[in-house]
Amino acid sequence: MAKKAVRKVVKKAVKKTAARKVSLPAYKAGNYATQHAVEQFLYKQAEVLDAKRWQDYIDLFTDEGVYWMPADPADRHWDGIPSIFAEDKNLMTVRMNRVLHPDAWSQRPLWGTNHVVGNVIVEKESPNGDVVVRSRFHMLELRRDTVRHFAGSYVHQLKKTPNGYRIKMQRVDMTNAQAAFEYVLQVWV
Amino acid sequence: MPDRNPPISKLVEPDRVHKSVYTDEQLFELEMERIHERVWIYCGHETQVKKPGDYYTVQIGRQPMVMVRGADGKVNVLYNRCPHRGAMICGDRHGNTGEFFRCSYHAWTFNHDGKLKNIPMMESGYQGTRWNRDNPDCNMKQAARVANYRGFVFASLVADGPSLVEFLGPSKIAFDDICDRAPEGEVEVVPNCFRVIQNSNWKIFLENQLDALHPSVTHQSTGRAARDVEVQIEKKTGHAPLAYHMLSAFSTVTIDKWDNFQTLNYPHGHCILAGYMGLRPQDPDTLAYEKTLVKAYGEKRKEEILSTNIHHVLIYPGLSVQSPLQQLRAVRPLGVNKTLTEIWHFRLKGAPEPIYRRALAYYNLVNSPATLINADDLENFWKIQTGLGSDGGDWVSFARHYGRDIEKDGVLETGEGMGTSEAPMRNQMKAWSEFMARA
Ligand code: FES
Ligand SMILES: [Fe+2]
Repeated sequence: MAKKAVRKVVKKAVKKTAARKVSLPAYKAGNYATQHAVEQFLYKQAEVLDAKRWQDYIDLFTDEGVYWMPADPADRHWDGIPSIFAEDKNLMTVRMNRVLHPDAWSQRPLWGTNHVVGNVIVEKESPNGDVVVRSRFHMLELRRDTVRHFAGSYVHQLKKTPNGYRIKMQRVDMTNAQAAFEYVLQVWV
Repeated sequence: MPDRNPPISKLVEPDRVHKSVYTDEQLFELEMERIHERVWIYCGHETQVKKPGDYYTVQIGRQPMVMVRGADGKVNVLYNRCPHRGAMICGDRHGNTGEFFRCSYHAWTFNHDGKLKNIPMMESGYQGTRWNRDNPDCNMKQAARVANYRGFVFASLVADGPSLVEFLGPSKIAFDDICDRAPEGEVEVVPNCFRVIQNSNWKIFLENQLDALHPSVTHQSTGRAARDVEVQIEKKTGHAPLAYHMLSAFSTVTIDKWDNFQTLNYPHGHCILAGYMGLRPQDPDTLAYEKTLVKAYGEKRKEEILSTNIHHVLIYPGLSVQSPLQQLRAVRPLGVNKTLTEIWHFRLKGAPEPIYRRALAYYNLVNSPATLINADDLENFWKIQTGLGSDGGDWVSFARHYGRDIEKDGVLETGEGMGTSEAPMRNQMKAWSEFMARA
């Protein structure tokens, strides 16, 4: 193959794998406060999940908030397509009540999670204080004697309120979203 | 077979089955050989491979296969194996192969029907050997038989046996019911399949699909949780989305009510669970949809279509179809205690968007890898598989309402008020014995 043709093929392949355009925000002095507040919010979210404080987690969302885990990283809108999770607060409440029901058989065995959130990048900050923030997570889950490891990225659209940030949309892209799931996911990641 | 197991002919009795049927690895191999690699197995829907060169890989028994659309429009099913040194041809789960397949090892190329297209330096390399274009051994091997019923593609790896339509028998209503509900008489696959692995034998899943006794026990937690929220939404807005009703039915349809369902059990292990889950509400969306059906089929036929009384159809040995919701689960055994399910959703061509959305809600909530329902089934399946490995007993019982089924023209019907009969399991195991007896 001619060199040019090779370059073309390589370019095409790269395009195919790049799921999302990543823009690095310009460094701005004065972002510290937002950066810090957003990080604290994400750490708190991780703690709430690991502590199984489900109602506290749901309360982190605005009334119209949505928790979305796409089935395909190329998906752009949560509505009207197959998704692993696509839940408003009402559906989140169903999930919480189910998990807390004494006869949720799959919840009976010992289980727990451990989230670590990092690579926190404030992508956009609006004049009203709302932010869009990207981050990465690793989550280790124990069920009975089995450990599973999940990782992926979050995009949070956060609304600034007098009581701190609230989630308008939490998008969770799991690295293994398209692979076969060994067993299933029971609560939000 | 290990000595401690009875011979195959002794494993299945009319009302019970020996545990080794679920746990013995040699029996599993024999099942693959005598059942899955012989009978008609669902490969996929033709809309998964729309354009020439589009392919989808699929496992039939132990055989890695590939379903591919040819330039002539025909859908072929080939062994995913290069005739040269045996490398798999398609390494991705799906994609487009272009005008031909090309092996990544030594660049042999093949047409979409598997026929050899070219070997690099064929003349100089193979002159005088057995390898020439006329030798069929140079081709990617085709499945012995491929058939398409209303867009649903099946393959059989042996040349003899009943035709697809004969094999399906009355269970083909699963596909008729799905397609007829579309004003255009066809469906299109929703391009994302959920895949979940079960740590249990493939038959445990099939038995559960028509087990009317379990939903109100196993799925109580979700049913109750959904009902609570449904009531609150109704209080606030007057009416809750149908998805809540589908979930809350698991608690409101209590264990005794499931006896009102009925199963119809057919030759080859197929079964229909007849019954109604309240999927025909009278809201404006439904009425608009009914209008499109009247326009397409006329009032009488529309009524026939919408009153088809099916909850679930099981097509032995690997397909569970929920036609009123346009969803199906294909079962791919991976080992004696490991099974993959592929779960697909279909769009009714010509139906208004809200009808798709409604079924989609069910697809997401019940069939996604974050399922609110199947999680507890999988928990049971794993417990069954583990329990059956014990020496605490040798038999699995299917005796519920045994002896009370009504047999009419080869069809086993459960009697009035006996919807929780274990007839479907008995029927499946009867088919199993027949398949396994054929060497
Ligand atoms: S193995 Fe396929 S070309 Fe050699
Ligand atoms: Fe179930």
